[in-house]
Amino acid sequence: MATLSSSINTQSEAFKLKSDAMQVLVDDLQQQVAKLQLGGGESYQAKHLSRGKMLPRHRIDALLDQGSPFLEVGQLAAHQVYDMAVPSAGIICGVGLVNGRHCMVIANDATVKGGTYFPLTVKKHLRAQDIALQNNLPCIYLVDSGGANLPQQDEVFPDKLHFGRIFYNQATMSSQGIPQIAVVMGSCTAGGAYVPAMADESIIVKQQGTIFLAGPPLVKAATGEEVSAEELGGADTHCRVSGVADHYAQSDEHALLIARQCISNCPKTAGNPLLRRPSSLPRYSSEQIYGVVGTDLRKPFDVRDVIARVVDDSAFDEFKALYGTTLVCGFSHIDGYPVGIVANNGVLFSESAQKGAHFIELCCQRQIPLVFLQNITGFMVGKKYEAQGIAKHGAKMVMAVACAKVPKFTIIIGGSYGAGNYGMCGRAFEPNFLWMWPNSRISVMGGEQAAGVLTQVKRDQLAARGEAFSDADEKSMREPVLQQYEHQGHPYYASARLWDDGIIDPKDTRSVLSVALATALNKPAQDTRFGVFRM
Amino acid sequence: MLKTVLIANRGEIACRVMRTAKAMGMRTIAIYSDADANALHVKEADEAWHIGPATAAQSYLRADKILAVALASKADCIHPGYGFLSENADFVAACQAKNIIFIGPDVPAIEQMGSKSAAKIIMTEAGIPLVPGYHGTSQDDALLQYEADQIGYPLLIKAVAGGGGKGMRVVDRPEDFLTHLAGARREGLASFGNSDVLIEKYLIAPRHVEVQVFCDRHGHGVYLGDRDCSAQRRHQKVIEEAPAPSLSDDLRQKMGTTAVEAAQAIDYVGAGTVEFLLDSNGGYYFMEMNTRLQVEHPVTEMVTGVDLVAWQFKVAAGQPLPLTQEQVCLQGHSFEARIYAEDPTQDFQPSTGHIGHLRTPKQDATIRIDTGVGQDDEISPFYDPMIAKLIVWAPNREEALAKLDIALQDYHLEGIHTNIDFLRRLAKLQDFQDAKLHTNIIDQHQDYLLSPSLQNEQVILAMAGLVLGTQAYKTYGDCAGLRLNMPRISLALRAQYLGKNCVITTHTLGKVGPHSLVLDYAGSLHKAGFCLMGDQLSLFTPQGKAVVSLKIPKIGDFLDNNDHNTGQITAPMNGCLIACLVTPGISVVAGDALMVVEAMKMEHTIVAPSDGVIGEIYFKVGDLVDADAQLLDLQES
Repeated sequence: MATLSSSINTQSEAFKLKSDAMQVLVDDLQQQVAKLQLGGGESYQAKHLSRGKMLPRHRIDALLDQGSPFLEVGQLAAHQVYDMAVPSAGIICGVGLVNGRHCMVIANDATVKGGTYFPLTVKKHLRAQDIALQNNLPCIYLVDSGGANLPQQDEVFPDKLHFGRIFYNQATMSSQGIPQIAVVMGSCTAGGAYVPAMADESIIVKQQGTIFLAGPPLVKAATGEEVSAEELGGADTHCRVSGVADHYAQSDEHALLIARQCISNCPKTAGNPLLRRPSSLPRYSSEQIYGVVGTDLRKPFDVRDVIARVVDDSAFDEFKALYGTTLVCGFSHIDGYPVGIVANNGVLFSESAQKGAHFIELCCQRQIPLVFLQNITGFMVGKKYEAQGIAKHGAKMVMAVACAKVPKFTIIIGGSYGAGNYGMCGRAFEPNFLWMWPNSRISVMGGEQAAGVLTQVKRDQLAARGEAFSDADEKSMREPVLQQYEHQGHPYYASARLWDDGIIDPKDTRSVLSVALATALNKPAQDTRFGVFRM
Repeated sequence: MLKTVLIANRGEIACRVMRTAKAMGMRTIAIYSDADANALHVKEADEAWHIGPATAAQSYLRADKILAVALASKADCIHPGYGFLSENADFVAACQAKNIIFIGPDVPAIEQMGSKSAAKIIMTEAGIPLVPGYHGTSQDDALLQYEADQIGYPLLIKAVAGGGGKGMRVVDRPEDFLTHLAGARREGLASFGNSDVLIEKYLIAPRHVEVQVFCDRHGHGVYLGDRDCSAQRRHQKVIEEAPAPSLSDDLRQKMGTTAVEAAQAIDYVGAGTVEFLLDSNGGYYFMEMNTRLQVEHPVTEMVTGVDLVAWQFKVAAGQPLPLTQEQVCLQGHSFEARIYAEDPTQDFQPSTGHIGHLRTPKQDATIRIDTGVGQDDEISPFYDPMIAKLIVWAPNREEALAKLDIALQDYHLEGIHTNIDFLRRLAKLQDFQDAKLHTNIIDQHQDYLLSPSLQNEQVILAMAGLVLGTQAYKTYGDCAGLRLNMPRISLALRAQYLGKNCVITTHTLGKVGPHSLVLDYAGSLHKAGFCLMGDQLSLFTPQGKAVVSLKIPKIGDFLDNNDHNTGQITAPMNGCLIACLVTPGISVVAGDALMVVEAMKMEHTIVAPSDGVIGEIYFKVGDLVDADAQLLDLQES
């Protein structure tokens, strides 16, 4: 394979400035994430622990194999969305190994508003289930939740992708042979009761777990019957009498061991037979990505300098290197897994779009997973380009991306604007995972462009009426637009709303992709059938 | 010249004999029992013949089967090794009858020396000093008790046909005499087919010094120096050395010539050993003569340069001894450490199991290993627990002892208990280094010898973190412990070290090879060998072996313990039930003997842990029992 030789001078002042700027963003990200460790706050955590319960992250650590990575999904969900803090949307989701098998773990955090489901909690739970379905991962639900957040019932209950979808997903995944294991480690009330009830196997912790459609207060209100929570829906009731739960656990730790055992009793199904070869580190340190990319989206960089810091041995066989050069395509390996990389190196022209479509077809033909490194302002505009048919060429690439059935992974490493987002496998195109770097931005177009368009339209309107549009007027119109785009295009804003699966430190890109590739290969290879390409 | 030899033995001695036989161009025939089908001696032989079930009485002691194999395989000689049939006159006679050369002395010599009592009478007549005792043929209990009381306590009861500590008991008090008499008879009968015993005064703190003699059929006899074998536990030798240290030349020569005279007095042919006890006043007493190659013969080979097995073959073929007494010259000093499958901390109880890990020091002209086992071999309960011998040589005793310790440090064995650390302690014992040798040296210093090795606990746990962290890295690569936007999480493995609970966390400083590691800890490097077997990590450090047991949580840990039955009496190890001293329904008090299980020729008495009534008994005498098998039910009264 050809080796990328990077000419980046890591001693240069420019490199150091860019690197320092990125470091500031990464530090802030880590600080935000560190706060999430406290869940609903130290006092709630202390209360949780005093009941003999483990904290949700510790539950996950105990559930997973020693040394297993845990690829968290939606870490910053609900970040600054509600008027109250709902860290990680009160639910921790991610992929880890249980007895050597990749599983999706979905764990309620009872220290956050009693583990109740906010709208984004539901969205995150469903996203985790989507990942499980798309990658053929057994699901382990660590249930400790009071159910729907009642004040927001209109946002969590009635719609297609609301609470009921959780159970629909459980049922359909179970029907496809994807194991569904529920561990009841706390409340499991009302609708929540269906998580264990719908599971293939369920485990309940004595004196901790309860499952009932209506809790003691509601029962008393409805029928006058007085009953304790344990009696109504505790482990003894459900393991010995009702049969709602299958396994009786002495403690959280015991319950997690039983869950591991349940997984070990599910024969591993054949996944994707893609051959992995021995891994080797890139020739250039991943940390140098900071200084290559920096944080100013207007300053271009050669995306090959990023690829050289992510892939095995910095080896990259470029496809059509001399044609459509604003899109870099090529074959490579990440931690031993073969990948096809599609990376932006400027605005998309007709040639680059056609090249991209061609390359995606190649990868689908050969069952090679695709990695999109997205940094795109959009497709080229103008009379010449429209006349060339850039719309139909762009459509070819979008068609190829949409139909590709190989595992797809998207990382937004810079700007993600307009139709470029589509051609480069944005969220709507169902990549197996999509992450953003802390320096990236996402919006229908750049703030400057949006402000430009809006002011131009306004100016035209005013001109039609013969009115003037002063510079001051223009400025007062531009500023809010710029602010809005900066605010809504920020990765924290995006991640909080689950437009992505998380924000990752650029230097972790390789490790994250490695775990994600291993995860995606749990799904058997599928043949791709493309739609009609407009020629 | 002999062409084909059948080795009527197993284990290290069979391998050792084959080595010389092959070097002399002979074809080698091994025999094996069911338990030894995959043993090293079977693999190394040119041919191997199955001769029966595992128990020695049905295999390695079956003279008829062995002779049949010898005939069928066209062997022209049989080397008996030591133990088993090596001193069995009937077997020698049977060999002669079939015209197969027995590598060893003739029938009369074996008969005369084979009975310890007869040997002593001959030696008395030859004017050789003897320890006071009873060597009569009458075996009446009352007579023996009377003789014992006359000799005085402490005294030794020995099976007349015994050797290797089997069938030997020390009696301290008259009231214990009959109990020990029964035990010695039982062991004598089981091991040698003869229950007769002799009684001897038990010398306090004597040295055990023996002389290697060699005689041919041409009237020549030489002695090849002496050996000190005083370091013994349970009357079995542990570390031997040649020459015996701090003896006057005069005494050395006197013992040597006495030994040759003793051998020639019975027309001895081949290799033999004359054993003496030395008291602290310089007196020496004839103890016994062994008419075979001794376990500890390698130390003599190391200091004389003679291959004793080669000499045995030559003498058996009728050739004269290669050297005269004047030509025998001794050089340097040699030690042999016997590596036993046993647990020194459990009263040296034999240990059975699977050798999951075996790394030995590199052999050269000064380090020799005679072994009968390899990696992945099973140590069965049927035979002697000695599995290997480590022999070293150096120009002088001090250097040889230092070399022994270093070589033992490099002897890594896991899967069964061994006495390796114990041997290292013994080699470092001041009295041993000062050659203040006597047969009680181990008992006298047992607190020191059995104390756990002095490890730096932090270093051991860091080593565990390094090994296990490296394992995790191998499995997960750069993704090990990945947590998004958080520090990677370390391993947190619950473990036990020296009975204490601890947590192993990832340690990344250092290097880990397949079986060894170098830990970088607190600014210094620490080397160790290691093996990870299941939940157990064994570290072989310069201080000795350290075992870290991982306590990976298991579902079983959470089961209710209410059903635990304290009334179950279980076998301590794999073995054969040789006596059942109780019957259902009888009452016993705590400490009463209930059963006797024999394993590796050692008897283990099962005693009642509490007062109670015997319920069901699940085995009968003669049954093989597995370790932890429930033997009988004791209902608490």
